[in-house]
Amino acid sequence: MNRLRFLFLLPARVFTAVLFLVPLAIIALYSLFTRGTYGGQSPPLTLDNYARLADPLYLSILARSFWLAGLSTLLCLLLGFPLAMFIARSGRRRHLYLQLVMLPFWTSFLVRTYAWMFLLRDTGLVNTALQALGLIREPLPMLYNDGAVVLGLVYGYLPFMVLPLYSTLERLDPSLLEAAADLGATPIVALARITIPMSSSGILAGCVLVFIPCLGAYLTPDLMGGGKSIMIGNLVQQQFTTARDWPFGAALSLALTALVMVLLWYTMRRAGDHIA
Amino acid sequence: MKNVLEIHSVTKRFATQTAVENVSLEVREGELFALLGPSGCGKTTVLRMIAGFETPTSGRILLGGTDIAPLKPYERDVSTVFQSYALFPHMTVRENIEFGLRRMGAADIPRRVREALELVQLAGKEDRKPNQLSGGERQRVALARSLVLEPQVLLLDEPLSALDPNLRKQVRTELKALQRRVGITFIIVTHDQEEAMAMSDRIAVLNKARLEQVGTPSEIYLTPRTRFVAGFLGAVNWIDGVGVRPESVRVADAPPGNGARSIRATVAHSLFLGNCLHVETRLADGSPFVAEVSRLNGTYGPGQQVHLWWNPSDELKPEA
Amino acid sequence: MNRLLGLYAAAAYLFLHLPLLVLAVFSLNASRFSAWEGFSLVWYRRLLDEPRLIEAAVNSLIIAVAATAAATAIGTLCAYGMWRRKAKLLEGALLLSLVTPEIVTGVSLLAFFQWLFRHLDVRLGMHTVILAHIAFSIAYVVIVVQARLRTFDHTLEEAAMDLGATEWQAFSRITLPLLAPGVIAAALLAFAISFDDYVITSLVAGVDSETLPMVIYGMARKGVNPTVNAVSSIIVVGLGLLILLAESLQTGHEATEAKKAGGRAR
Repeated sequence: MNRLRFLFLLPARVFTAVLFLVPLAIIALYSLFTRGTYGGQSPPLTLDNYARLADPLYLSILARSFWLAGLSTLLCLLLGFPLAMFIARSGRRRHLYLQLVMLPFWTSFLVRTYAWMFLLRDTGLVNTALQALGLIREPLPMLYNDGAVVLGLVYGYLPFMVLPLYSTLERLDPSLLEAAADLGATPIVALARITIPMSSSGILAGCVLVFIPCLGAYLTPDLMGGGKSIMIGNLVQQQFTTARDWPFGAALSLALTALVMVLLWYTMRRAGDHIA
Repeated sequence: MKNVLEIHSVTKRFATQTAVENVSLEVREGELFALLGPSGCGKTTVLRMIAGFETPTSGRILLGGTDIAPLKPYERDVSTVFQSYALFPHMTVRENIEFGLRRMGAADIPRRVREALELVQLAGKEDRKPNQLSGGERQRVALARSLVLEPQVLLLDEPLSALDPNLRKQVRTELKALQRRVGITFIIVTHDQEEAMAMSDRIAVLNKARLEQVGTPSEIYLTPRTRFVAGFLGAVNWIDGVGVRPESVRVADAPPGNGARSIRATVAHSLFLGNCLHVETRLADGSPFVAEVSRLNGTYGPGQQVHLWWNPSDELKPEA
Repeated sequence: MNRLLGLYAAAAYLFLHLPLLVLAVFSLNASRFSAWEGFSLVWYRRLLDEPRLIEAAVNSLIIAVAATAAATAIGTLCAYGMWRRKAKLLEGALLLSLVTPEIVTGVSLLAFFQWLFRHLDVRLGMHTVILAHIAFSIAYVVIVVQARLRTFDHTLEEAAMDLGATEWQAFSRITLPLLAPGVIAAALLAFAISFDDYVITSLVAGVDSETLPMVIYGMARKGVNPTVNAVSSIIVVGLGLLILLAESLQTGHEATEAKKAGGRAR
């Protein structure tokens, strides 16, 4: 039995090692290299690239990334919780409602982001409609700012908040709420004192599942933010294309990955293997 | 009679516990042999070692004289009927029964399948899928699937536990009749002592990884070698190191005076169980003593003083 | 409270679906501007006149089919190999590949291929994209197939071996046919992910092999181009149908697990 299993695991091991771990190792190495005059990278080894991370310019980008990711996560939680509650209580139709949430999000992330661009551009639908209705004279700048990025992130990752919340809420014993009502609790009180505390594991899972991708986002800040709302992901991409500073980009990448891993490790310790 | 299977000092150790400790036994050709014991005693592990799903840590397993311990399950002339029957859900009854024959590249498959279906009385249902069959029918498919290969030994893991309770007695009889008809050695694993005694030619009682006793049903019931065997096969009253089964105890108003051992007791209560009277008493020191007597002897009320006596030949004197 | 929830849910569903619906509707707008000027299929017809778009679509299709085939095979075997056994390192690496932001995976693959090509005389192209797609898709396939395996009765394999089947025969004749719906669902998922990928693809595609997302990205950045609406609508409907098909092949529990896996940073 062992030989067959070993053979079965081999292709995955090879691909993961060669096309995932080795590239990461190369990036780790590059983060210690020095940038060449024409944009290459080579020894001497240096920690300068990591030191640059402390530069206020980059720290502000890091801070903005945390801020935007955090805000998006919070909004996803506030918007997603009632929706998850609705689905969990919808009885026989719950799979349909869940499907209705999930389906758009598995089609095309790019197209969904573009759809908002189409709506919010200066010449887009919303502005045209508002102008036609005479409510505004000049187009409202709804794109290319932090707000648009948050909108894009929330729209993009809402299902990853709804799904774990729904899972936890679905498992909640309805007789607990009945007991609460029997003891005199109004729906609001029951929500605050019973439902929310008992879905804490789902809340944690949802927040992690949203925050981590938001932190490392690239497409959304790029398209919805238009270069005006740079997050870590955009900064990394710049280093590997226009700025041609691969060592610094590598250091950024590693720092971002390390951050993500720490967050994940911390959450898994708190909540057990809930998320995996 | 020849031994078809011999287990020599087999031990199986897992990381966290020893499942089987130095078990040796012999199974004779053509008998229906039971491995009996409480859950966790190691009986299922022994079965799996015979089938080839576990390898003994030490010891030998001989089938027809050859050591089969190094052989894989598909290399052994042994077949298993699993507790859940493990019928292949995507195959029909016929395809299930054919499966082993096709692996062997056997000849004349259609005839052998037909005969197997007739043997278990499932003729006409060969094109059904397992989920279209009842529990009893599924078991018969599992039996046919294994028996069609004519193995030297057929292993059955808790054959009656998945069935409806009211079906069990009937299936018990049918299984016994089937075994007699095909003449193949059956080894069954069970935790139900009534089942084991009703079906088997001989029984091996296991407890906590060790073999306690091997014998015919009457041997292990009437002359248990250990206190565990005595207690597992039926109720026992213990007094002064000797055991007496409730059905051997007689209840009288006065000592019987025939030289038999008798003791005084106070009736705690008596239950009319239909086929007998179950009388619970307390001895002078307060310890309980149970008698099961014919209801024709009259009733006994709580607090009544009685004398309990029994035949010395009915005493159980286990070695351990 | 329940009525409030219902109203809220309606609004939430509107928020979720309206942008795509609007996009689809306006892809049928005769005008190239946001003002509505009547129904027209002109932008769909124009798609056929854009060779760059068609070539990119074909590229995307080729890449997705190739990557899906390989990733599904590799991932299915991997999930089976890890079933009821420990493979901590591999599990950890696969989990890491799921949580690492796409931009990081992308630049690391770029660096890897550049380094590799200093020693071998090859350049970035379709093959590097396919390899990259296989690498990041394996984890998804593993998750979907693992979910299916969790409900699989292992005694079926034991029964098969008891009846004379070798380990390989037990896998190929019993386990694999019963896993088939899960494997197909995993393949459809991998296809959708591969087809839609932008970040990693744009970094390792090189000059000659544009994919559809790359073209759409360019058009989205540049400005109003109604053909983008048309091609986007096609993509959404097409991938949507694929995903619906994939879900119908999985049980509810498996589908939920697969979706949880999808939270990658893009």
